[in-house]
Amino acid sequence: MKPAPFAYAKASTLEDALSLLAEHGDDARILAGGQSLMATLNMRLSAPQVLVDINRIDGLAGINDTGDALRIGAMTRHSDVETSDLIAQHAPLIAAAVDHIAHPAIRNRGTFGGSIAFADPAAELPACAMALDATMHIAGLNGERDVPAADFFEGLYETAIQPGEILTGVSIPKIADGWKSGFMELARRRGDYAIIGIAAQAKFDGSTFGDARLVYFNAGDRPVSTPQTAALLNGQGWSDDMAEKLAASLKRELDPPDDLNADGPMRKHLAGVLAKRVLGPMAGA
Amino acid sequence: MDMYSDITLTVNGESVTRCVESRTNLVDFLRYELGLTGSHVGCEHGVCGACTIRMDGRIVRGCLTLAAQAEGAEVWTIEGVSETNEIRPLQKAFVERNALQCGFCTPGMLLTIAELMERKPDASREEIREFISGNFCRCTGYQAIVDAVEIAREKGANS
Ligand SMILES: Cc1cc2nc3c(=O)[nH]c(=O)nc-3n(C[C@H](O)[C@H](O)[C@H](O)COP(=O)(O)OP(=O)(O)OC[C@H]3O[C@@H](n4cnc5c(N)ncnc54)[C@H](O)[C@@H]3O)c2cc1C
Ligand code: FES
Ligand code: FES
Repeated sequence: MKPAPFAYAKASTLEDALSLLAEHGDDARILAGGQSLMATLNMRLSAPQVLVDINRIDGLAGINDTGDALRIGAMTRHSDVETSDLIAQHAPLIAAAVDHIAHPAIRNRGTFGGSIAFADPAAELPACAMALDATMHIAGLNGERDVPAADFFEGLYETAIQPGEILTGVSIPKIADGWKSGFMELARRRGDYAIIGIAAQAKFDGSTFGDARLVYFNAGDRPVSTPQTAALLNGQGWSDDMAEKLAASLKRELDPPDDLNADGPMRKHLAGVLAKRVLGPMAGA
Repeated sequence: MDMYSDITLTVNGESVTRCVESRTNLVDFLRYELGLTGSHVGCEHGVCGACTIRMDGRIVRGCLTLAAQAEGAEVWTIEGVSETNEIRPLQKAFVERNALQCGFCTPGMLLTIAELMERKPDASREEIREFISGNFCRCTGYQAIVDAVEIAREKGANS
């Protein structure tokens, strides 16, 4: 199918983009990498009147070291995140996640900010942003505001970004000494959206867990954090017994949906499998 | 801002200027406006990889990129990289190993593999499969394609 007709506007500055959005209101959509938006337009699942292209705005792409954090510009392509030394060094969770997103040609165009703003519950980066306590930077005509990841994802494809606003970047705290991260997903084919996946981070004293954070994706209408299960790990090492306790706790704490790929009970089971496969090796077991 | 966009870009080394409907995607522009039908159209939602082309040095989905977004870009299609002989060893290896049958996936597959050989010249068979995971082939079963990549790498420019 072909998209319904629309007008196309290339924004040259952030202010330009914001005023175009203000002028056209609900009729306008932001075009970033287009790797989700263009597909929905081609299938006529949506038909905006105006596309505001933010690809040519200077300063929206790139990864910067801001001291304790990395600021990833919204228009940074997945493939530039994939090959970034800064990401590899300071954000190993993101480094592990990014090449699970789609395929090379899609990663060459798709953007970090687009993934976060689109907020697909099955996407990798929103879950990582939650596990890492990222901060989202959002610009509007009245200036910029910051929203912590924990308050950002509001529901199915729903975020704290208000109409007329643009996500300009995401700050990810650098991983500190003694911390480790783990990432895994189960998908039928490489590059497919995961049936379910996990993003984890914890602080270690030897092989003892502390401050563990577990976030699952495709386990609900948004990335799902499991603090009760994570708390079982704190002050403990890894053991078979622990794996069973976590699996039992995840069955209580998660309430994943049914779909064609897996039903809820299967996803609960797989959540336990992922916890075991990821957390054991993190503890060196 | 308009329902139409004026664009100037380079396609296979030649400068092209056109006025296109803003909703025209890049692969339709190449096929219908420029007659470059080597890039194919399968699913039109990013899944099959038949429309893969090279824009500013990187492969992209022609069905998920607007022609209007290619303003100022350097685009290469299978026609161009065949003419320059850039991927000749790979094409020869495809023939040698029978890595195509109907050929529908082949243009996209070749451009994808050309990028793989540049970015990951030592890719293992597993990594080759991962890299081409976004290019569907309904005929070959992929085995012959992976073989062809290995043959092309071994023979390189000598073939
Ligand atoms: C075949 C296929 C497989 C895929 N598999 C995966 C996968 O496994 N995992 C995964 O995570 N993704 C996957 N994707 C999606 C891909 O990662 C997209 O790149 C991403 O979801 C959206 O980023 P984009 O830059 O392409 O955004 P676009 O498609 O341009 O935009 C998506 C939405 O977000 C809005 N938006 C974009 N940027 C901003 C911004 N800066 N501020 C405010 N709003 C904004 C747009 O208006 C639009 O509504 C897949 C896509 C395809 C086609
Ligand atoms: S036609 Fe573009 S990916 Fe299938
Ligand atoms: S050769 Fe027929 S689809 Fe690949």
